Amino acid sequence: MIQRNRLIALAAAALAVPAILSGCAASSGSSGDSDKLSIVGFSVLKTANEPVTAAFQKTDAGQGISFTTSYGASGDQARAVIGGLHADEVHLSLEPDMSKLVDSGDVDKSWNQTPTHGILTDSVVVFLVRKGNPLNIHGWDDLVKPGVKVITPNPESSGSAKWNILAAWAHAANARGGSAAKAQDFVTKLLHNTIAMPGSGADALASFLAGNGDVLLAYENDSIEARASGEDVDYVIPDDTLLIQNPAAVTTDASPAAQDFLDFQLSREGQTLYAEAGFRPVISGVDAHVRGAETPSDPFPKVKTLYTLDKDFGGWSAADPKYFDDQDGIITKIISGLNIGS
Amino acid sequence: MTAAVLGQDTRAVGRGRPGVRSTLTPGAGLGLGIAMVWFSLLVMIPLAAIVATAGDEGWHGYVDTLTNPQTWAAIKLTVGQSLLVTGVNVVMGTMIAWVLVRDRFWGKRLLDLVIDIPFAMPTIVAGLVLLGLYGPGSPLGINVSNTRTSVTLALAFVTLPFIVRTVQPVLAELEGDVEEAAASLGARRLTILRRIVLPAIVPAIAAGAALSFARAISEYGSLVLLSGSLPFKTEAVSVRVLSFIEGGDRTSAASLATIMLGVALAVIVALDVLQRRVARRG
Amino acid sequence: MVELSTPVKWIVRLLALAYVFFLVGWPMITLAQRTFADGWSSFTVAFSDPDVTHALLVTVEISAWAVVINTLFGVGMALLLVRYEFPGKRVLSAFIDLPMSMSPVVIGLALMLVYSGRYGWFGPTLEAHGLVVIFNSPGMIMATCFVALPLVVREVVPVLEEIGDDQEQAARSLGANAVQVLRRITLPAIKWAVVYGVVLSLARSLGEFGALKIVSGNLTGQTQTAPLVVEQKYNNFAQGEAYALSFVLVLISVLCILVVSLLRPQEPRP
Repeated sequence: MIQRNRLIALAAAALAVPAILSGCAASSGSSGDSDKLSIVGFSVLKTANEPVTAAFQKTDAGQGISFTTSYGASGDQARAVIGGLHADEVHLSLEPDMSKLVDSGDVDKSWNQTPTHGILTDSVVVFLVRKGNPLNIHGWDDLVKPGVKVITPNPESSGSAKWNILAAWAHAANARGGSAAKAQDFVTKLLHNTIAMPGSGADALASFLAGNGDVLLAYENDSIEARASGEDVDYVIPDDTLLIQNPAAVTTDASPAAQDFLDFQLSREGQTLYAEAGFRPVISGVDAHVRGAETPSDPFPKVKTLYTLDKDFGGWSAADPKYFDDQDGIITKIISGLNIGS
Repeated sequence: MTAAVLGQDTRAVGRGRPGVRSTLTPGAGLGLGIAMVWFSLLVMIPLAAIVATAGDEGWHGYVDTLTNPQTWAAIKLTVGQSLLVTGVNVVMGTMIAWVLVRDRFWGKRLLDLVIDIPFAMPTIVAGLVLLGLYGPGSPLGINVSNTRTSVTLALAFVTLPFIVRTVQPVLAELEGDVEEAAASLGARRLTILRRIVLPAIVPAIAAGAALSFARAISEYGSLVLLSGSLPFKTEAVSVRVLSFIEGGDRTSAASLATIMLGVALAVIVALDVLQRRVARRG
Repeated sequence: MVELSTPVKWIVRLLALAYVFFLVGWPMITLAQRTFADGWSSFTVAFSDPDVTHALLVTVEISAWAVVINTLFGVGMALLLVRYEFPGKRVLSAFIDLPMSMSPVVIGLALMLVYSGRYGWFGPTLEAHGLVVIFNSPGMIMATCFVALPLVVREVVPVLEEIGDDQEQAARSLGANAVQVLRRITLPAIKWAVVYGVVLSLARSLGEFGALKIVSGNLTGQTQTAPLVVEQKYNNFAQGEAYALSFVLVLISVLCILVVSLLRPQEPRP
């Protein structure tokens, strides 16, 4: 009798194998499907992309196109694509993650030869504070005052954290009488005031919103989104801060509709939708009322001194190894020098 | 579990001493073969891949990883906290198992159910609720977030069931006659506990402790929001591995992983040796 | 049976209860509070999102497969380890416990190193023959099996040890063959250990997060599992929905454990 039961069990298993392989509930899309677009993006794009994909589907080029999406930390997403995750378009937090895809052959090296140099959305580094800004944080120097509890994601495990640290560096290096040595000193002081360095920007934001710390180094768009969702926070744009540029590109084996989608995202309509999600437009002439911004009718005030990676750091290909190399990066060394045990 | 199964001397690991019989029947042999194929595909080969990747730079790679001060701090924190929590679990777990088996009170069934909850919770949820209760918004006024205590707390949470569940069935199977005989011969309670009950449950405690330690050193999800992952202070090994991967340094990630595997194996084996020594004496 | 003196008994009881209450009990109450902070609306909003319901389905399906595989492996392996001798047995049994000691980040990395369609040891060959492991169900099932692997074995082995093989030997001497012994004597004896192991495996599988994050690709509406949705919702300021989904996940596991505990015959000890 056991033989019969065993046979039944084996038969069930045998039938199940094709079921698993066809992946009835869970499966990844196949490449080359011309009416499916697979978007791989960084975490906060989940909410931002919903109106954009919906609007695209209403256009001629977007008729009948369905979307597969995957959102997560920018580095995780880049690694997934390199590991074989099918993507028609990738939209990441920072250029070094895109460069990894160029190296792996997933993105063509001409990806940034576009009018916007491959950038799809912009933001700036801001300080997210408790509602009403009780500690009166207005500038970078306020962050290193004694007793101020700072949260920032760890640049060693979070690509997006690199923007924060470089912004701090740029402030101290470019201030009147500034220098690389002063910058080193400033970043060190800042990290001494840091009470938490979660592994990703999203975790840092979650930690801050759960009540930890006095100020979070954050992206403006995350901050706007938080306020639009009803969180009791305010954000401060310091007089000098760094421009955050999120690159996007169509992959080498993308379906043709992907380029149409990217064009749409860069159009006035697309950029307006991204603006409403808190991202600074990369084209001119975009006017948006942005819920969640400190001043919804003037959501993206001009920053007095806006640093950029290209102008102030010589571009990512120079800056990434110089500041963040595993062994010799300037910031890496500052972090490993934090071993003070206090 | 290892402890319960092993009937041979620890030193013969993997060498197949002459004289180790195989009592496998053809059917059992086939079963073992199939099981081993699956086990290899699932565990052994991926583990081999990790060790191979770690070995890309030879011993040099391991040394570099261990001597990196930040990594070393993470290892110290993780192993230290895991040992601490395992110690706490040995005491509390045994106590809880005792209460479940030998005590009787209203609500005992509820206690029994609650013990298994850490198994039932996705680790991120565990982190969220612990943060809510023992973080900035704590109704108890206890805020341990971003401190080492938060690591202890998270690890204690996820490892709670292990020793309880290994000791409970053994305690339940203990026959009362030996204890009663000892009592009738005039032995005091403490002596009975020490000489009769304890040796019987030490193997179970050791097995549970091994699992508790293993589970603690690998914890990740619940630490994410609760511990703050501050380098040198509250950064666990799993976060460090993630940093290596993010930096493109798979070799260091794999070395660190291999080192932790070694630590886990060492503790598993040590606990096994310990419990056998106690059993031999008892 | 030795009885503790009354004061000691009370101390032990209170310590045990207090520990469990402050460590697990109250956090559970907190979970319930946060889930129901807005009444049932968190549930209605969460479950009207097709991504959420799909993710729950994926989680249940993947977990079911992992539990079945782990149970077959677990019972078989327990029998082999306790009732037979063979070279390498002790090494094997130590290695079976190892998955518990691996951080999910490492598990994900290990599976990628072997099964990634691009750079894995076996991945490209498998994909060339149509078997996509990573970012697909097989990989997700494997990752889930990996994390829950020791659970069934661990439950069954002590019981097999405890009951001894006298009955089995007796049956064999009376002429029963191996299969009959297995079916009539061994399996019924370990029934509750297996059931409990299954329930624990299920609970662990439903909650797996870290390894699946890496191996699933987190494809919305496709390979995204419920715990991954919980994280996404929480990070996208939909905390209510995150808690609702978490509550459901925990509830499923707790119900299974509860049912088993109610059905299980009471322990014979007073």
